[in-house]
This record gives sequence, structure tokens and C-alpha cells, in this order.
Amino acid sequence: MNYNERMQKVAVLGAAGKMGSGILLLNAIELADLSLLPENKGKTFVVYAIDVSEEALSGLIRYVRAQVLKAAEKKIMWLREVYKDRADLIENGQMIDEYINHVMSLIRPSTLIESAFNANCIFEAIKEDPDLKVSILKKINENNPNQPWFFTNTSSIPIQFLNEKADLNGRIIGYHFYNPPAVQKLVELIEAKNTLPEIRTFSFELAKKLNKIIVESNDVVGFIGNGHFMRDIIHAASEVERLKSQYGFVEAIYMINKVSQEYLVRPMGIFQLIDYVGIDVCSYIMSVMNHYLPQENIVCPLLNEMLALGIKGGQYADGSQKDGFLKYEKGKITAIYNLDSKEYVALEQIQAKVDALLGEKPTAIVAWKSVVGAKNKEEILQQFFAELNKMNTLGAELAKAYGSQSKAIGKYLVSSGVAKSEDDVNKVLMTGFFHAYGPINNYFN
Amino acid sequence: MKNLRKKVYITAGYNTISMGTGRKEFNPKKPRPGLEEYIVEAGKGVIQQIGDASLIDEAVISNFQASRYNNQANLAAFIPYIDEKLRYKPVTRVEGACGSGGMAIATAVRSILAETADVVLVLGVEVQNTVKAVYGADILAGAGWYKDRKNGHVHFFPGQFSNRAGKYFEKYGREITRKAMARWYKNAIENARLCPTAQEYHNTMPDPEAVAMVEPNPKVFLENITVYDCSKVSDGASALLVCSEEGLKKIQKSYQESVEIIGIGQAMEDITKPPIDPTQLDTTKVAVSRALQMAGVSINDIATVECHDCFSIAGIMAIEAMGLAPYGKGAEFVLEGNTARNGRIPFNTTGGLIGWGHPVGATGVHQAVTIWEQLTGKAGDAQINIPFDRPYGLSVNMGGDDKTLTSIVYKKL
Repeated sequence: MNYNERMQKVAVLGAAGKMGSGILLLNAIELADLSLLPENKGKTFVVYAIDVSEEALSGLIRYVRAQVLKAAEKKIMWLREVYKDRADLIENGQMIDEYINHVMSLIRPSTLIESAFNANCIFEAIKEDPDLKVSILKKINENNPNQPWFFTNTSSIPIQFLNEKADLNGRIIGYHFYNPPAVQKLVELIEAKNTLPEIRTFSFELAKKLNKIIVESNDVVGFIGNGHFMRDIIHAASEVERLKSQYGFVEAIYMINKVSQEYLVRPMGIFQLIDYVGIDVCSYIMSVMNHYLPQENIVCPLLNEMLALGIKGGQYADGSQKDGFLKYEKGKITAIYNLDSKEYVALEQIQAKVDALLGEKPTAIVAWKSVVGAKNKEEILQQFFAELNKMNTLGAELAKAYGSQSKAIGKYLVSSGVAKSEDDVNKVLMTGFFHAYGPINNYFN
Repeated sequence: MKNLRKKVYITAGYNTISMGTGRKEFNPKKPRPGLEEYIVEAGKGVIQQIGDASLIDEAVISNFQASRYNNQANLAAFIPYIDEKLRYKPVTRVEGACGSGGMAIATAVRSILAETADVVLVLGVEVQNTVKAVYGADILAGAGWYKDRKNGHVHFFPGQFSNRAGKYFEKYGREITRKAMARWYKNAIENARLCPTAQEYHNTMPDPEAVAMVEPNPKVFLENITVYDCSKVSDGASALLVCSEEGLKKIQKSYQESVEIIGIGQAMEDITKPPIDPTQLDTTKVAVSRALQMAGVSINDIATVECHDCFSIAGIMAIEAMGLAPYGKGAEFVLEGNTARNGRIPFNTTGGLIGWGHPVGATGVHQAVTIWEQLTGKAGDAQINIPFDRPYGLSVNMGGDDKTLTSIVYKKL
């Protein structure tokens, strides 16, 4: 079965979820594009969008339609070529509509797992629950006569565990997209012990078609991305713990969030990122990692305290941010949660005071947005961090500690055999987390 | 060729801002003024200069595709919306694609000549930023023959002129032509920076000519032209009054505040036919020579030109069609500096379509307003010197691919 044949029947499990919807979108577009190639004329391509929630599947269809519209507008030059023999399609707008209808016609939304019994490729993006994943993969494998290949989006569970428990005989690979899958370039690829070599080859081919960059990670829980992120959270939380007695809890959260964004030139502060991913998701990933890494203590009581109060972060169905450590209005941070008083404290109440405590900002400070795409990025960052390293304000000291710890985590991922190289670690943070520079660098010594 | 049977003047011109990318205040995600607001602003801008709308006898409104950009037709009935004193006045709406504005002035001139009116309000308007460029391209393609659309480029008109540029390159040399196109862009930007209503007024590029020398890339746009060779998508309106001698008296405008239209040439070519020679603008040539002949002046008597540079290559070809340079020598003419604002015959002194903007149905009217400003000393920072022995201006307004032309010769009074 070649690439085209294998892609004729695809299933996405958890298709209406945050990751699943993006994975479904990418697959639906890829299937549509394949089906429009002259050599595939007359062949049927379908993607089964499987999810437990009828309501979420309706939302999924709306999401996909809106996203395909954007994609179609971008590929209009190609569409004019593809539809050149369609006498009924004359204007750009007509071709865009036709393409959207075509993509939508390939999607089979369903709440029934049985739909996957017919697929060749199964992308799994269900809840990060090992037992649930095993039971579903096992069930599909037992009932699907096609010897399907499984692509799991797990960000933390070892692939070998799923392979063994679901009796997949190497027909599985970790294919870990980053959030949102339609935008983020990175796919972490993780092989189980006996993953079939042809699945790995196919994975690279697919990534190329989806315009993704693959970084291979070893099959160690958390892999590279979460391996760094979760340990980064633990450092941030321990800093808050240390600072709160002197400055107060809200103030400490503000400090670390600000330092981790502005002083480290990252797209988001660490607490904003936790809220974005979801406090519950982060906590769950940590518990899985902690289970598999008994020699290390991967726990963060701070996350659990928030969860105990029902504060989870994450996003609403329309993509807007739910409140977590921080409160958001139209995407902007307006307040910080106070664990002691159990209410949000408006930013303006503490901002000026804490900014003064952090001290003068480095004069060369630059916004992540203006650096990330700059041609002379390296030069800008060198200059900025050289200045930062000479400063001894509270802000600079926290930043230096944070950057050094991030670097240590990066190095640990290589020395402990998770990542194959320092370069891979940097690539994951830059393409999966949009960092302007990798954690393993010469800025922090 | 008949001459104008009586004197015709224009006065009281007004331009709104040409709104679109490039203007600091433009934000595609925020609400903006619509068709009505532009019509009202330009109309009131004229009326304010005469004090009383009831002095206007009739109006002509020009627009290309409001029915698609704004879901609005029947634009003639928006004229009374400007001022209640315009209620029940006769109004005609004209459409000739990008040549609509010139057509509106020609229509107004006919009313004056027919002696059915002494003061005619001419107002051109287009509001294009209601749709993304990919759909705007479909709407603009309506300026060509619908049956040619299927085989055209995503961006239909840029595609047509990229093809023309390709043929021109083959015949006369790519390098010199690309250089002249980049110089055209530089002139457009530098002139636009002097005109507060220009779309490129805020442009701060240190070296626009160097920027415009970027190689065309057919994978992302077109084979022979870049975005710097194209006019942008614009919202805007322009208006003026076309008057008889009696009309000027009625509205109490002096000669110093007015210019005379001494020649007008219209010419239309079959929209279903490809150009006979894609390196030439034949219809432009006919319209300009007609206007000059009627005016009784030669192209060498003209002090300034407003030319229809929807694409830089169209500007270069127009130079040749006007007879300012032989065929194949338009690029050289530009590179020698003749069309720059300090050159022998400054072109597009507020930026033209590329620099000032191209609100399609308004463009022909905007050109006339600009010439009126220059010949009456009202051009502000963009003012050029009008030599006493060459007191004439020329405008060339083109619809479609050299299909719907109006050229006008203006005289300083």
C-alpha cells in the first residue's frame, strides 16, 4: 500500500478536541489535495471524525469550514490550476467555495468508534489517559481487518506501553503535534521498540506534505517538549514558593510570569502558558511522567491547589482563553488569582509596585514578536543578554536563574537519553513553543 | 474633429483620503466609512466651496462595482443624500470600469454644451476594502471580458499587464524597463509623501527605488511585475464642478480659482478583442491625440500629466502613446528624469494611482482635481511650477486593458 492508498481511509479519534480538530483539519485538507491530483481521479478518500460529543462534532464542522476557507484563499493559485478544466468554475470565489465543499464532503463525523474499523491510518488524540487509550486502540485493532497504522498524539505516555498493552505489534508511532496543530510546525516523532520502519518512512512523507518539521524523540515519558515544559513549570512554581513569603503570592506570580516572558524574550509568560495549555492538562502530564520516572519527583503542588478550587484554565470552544492563574479579557491579562483570598486581584493594584521591585529593565530589552522573525536575531539577543548578565536587579537575577535552569533542563534531556542532540531540544522549543532561541545557548552561564 | 461650442470650466475640486493599506489609520479589522460616507464627504467638500447646493443644476456620479463591493446599485439616488437641496435634481450614474471618472466628466461637459445645465456636480467613488484581495480580483476582472476570466490569472488585471510587460521586455529589453518601473515607483512614492490625502502619504521607505527592484516571483505573484508595480486597493471619492461661463458667475468663482477644459477625447475599443500589439496602448493614443487636437496644442505644450498608472508598465506605455517618446523609448524617458516632479513634464504630482491610490470609479475625477489644484496653485506641498509658456495640463483615464479612455486637456486661466 503506497502513500496515496494508505491515505484513502483515515480516522481521527477525539476529532472534536483541541488537538484532534487541528489534526482532522490537516488530514482533511491533505486528503482533498490528494483526491484532486489527476492520478487519483476516481478514487475515494474519506476521513472519519470520531468523537464522543455530538455537540462538539457540530462545532468541529464549523471550525473546519472556517479554517479551510482560509487555507483555500492561500492556495488559490494552485486551485485555479487544479480546476482549469472545470468550465463552471470561473472566479476565484467560485473555486474557493468548490474546494471548501470538496474538503467537507470527505469528512464523516461520527460518535461511533466502529467507524474506525475501516480505516488504514488512525490518528489518536483522545484524553491523555493510558487505560482509555489502550482499550480504544485495542478494540479498533481487533476489529479492523486492514492491519491499520496508529499515530498517537500522546504527549507523555510511552509509545511502547501503548504498543504492548494494545497488542499492536509495532503498528504504532508517536506523532505528537503541537497546539494548535494547524499552525505549529513541530511534530515530535517517537518510535516504540518494534515500530515498523515503513511507518517511520510514511511519517516523514506525511509531515512533508503537511508542511511540518519532525524532531525524533526517544520513547521516554514526556518526550522533549513536555520534558522541558513540565520541569520549567516546576522551577517557576518553586520560585513562586520562594518569593511569596517576602513579596506575597500574587506579586510572585506576576514577577515570574513577567520575567519568563519579557526578560527571557518568550511569546508568553510561564503562567499564561500553563493557562493556555490547561492547568488540568499540565497536572495530568506531570502525574504520568512522575509514574514512569520514579527517580525524579515530578509534582507541582501549586497546580493541584488551583485544580482543587476548580480553576483549570484551557480554552472555550471558540478558542478564547478561560481564566486560570491569570484572568483574561479579550486575550489580555487583567488580574491574577490570589490563593489566599480566593479571588482575582486586578493587575493595576500591584503592577507598578512589583515593576519597581524588579528594577530597571535592560535598555536593550526587545519584544519577542519583533525578535522572532528578525534577520539579525542572534545579534539582538546577544546584545540583550550581555546587558542582562551584567545587571543585578531582582528582575535580572530571576531571569538569569530561570534561563540557566531552562538550559540545565535542556542538557538533562540529552544526557538522560530523551533527545538525540542538543540541536533537537532547541528545535522543539523553537518550532513547538515558538521560542526565539533554544534553551541550550551561550546566553546563560 | 469638432471644437467645444462654448467654454467649459472646472472648479471647486475635493478629494477624500485614499484609504487602504499604507495609511496609518487603516485597520482591516475595524469598521470604516462606507460608500455613503465617502459620497457625502466629497459632495459636501465641493458644496462648501460654493456655499449653496441649490446652485448645482445636475450631477453625474461615477462608480465601477458598488453592486459587488458594497451590495449597492442605483447610486444616482445618493446625490440627494449629500444635501437636501439636491433633492429632485437630475443625476446620471456612469460606469466604465477604471475609466468611470473620466466618463463622468465627459458626460457633464455634454450637459454644459447642450445648455441643459450651467453647474454640474461630478462625483466619483469606490469603496473596495470590503472584500479580501483574492475576491476583489474577481470583481476587478469585470473590467475585462467575462469570457477571458477563466483563463486569466488569480489576480486578473495584474496578470494582463504582466503579460504586456513580458512582451515589452522581449521587444525592448528587460533590464532597462525594470529599472524604469522601479523609478516610476520612486516618483510615485515621493510625490505621494507631499499630499496628505495620498494612500502612500505615510510611506517612509528610505529607498523605494531599490525596494522596487526586487525580482518578480511568479510562484507568489506574477512573472514580470511585483506588487510595487501595481496600484493598491483603495476606498475614496473625488468631486468637482463642471461649469459654463454663466455657471462660474452663478457660483461666484473667479478664473483664478478655475481651469478651462479645452480638449476632451473619448475612445472605446472592443472589450472582446486582445490588444493588437501588447506593447502599445492604442486606444490611449487615439483618445490623447483627439483631446490635444481639439485643444489645438501639442504634447510638448503640456506642463503636467495625470496618467493612468494602474501598473508602472502602463505608465511607461502611456508615455509612448502620448507621443512624448517613440515606441520602446518610454523607459529611457522615465530614467532620464523627465517625469519626476522636477523634470521637464512632471507626471502624477500627488502620486498617481500607485502613490495617491486608485479608488476605481473616482480615479478619473481625482486626476482632474489634481490638475485643477496644480493649475490654480492649490496643490500645497505638492505644488509644481507651471511654466508661463506651457499653461496646460493633461489627464488620461483608462478603463480595463486600454478599452475605455477619456483624455482631457486643461488650461490655466
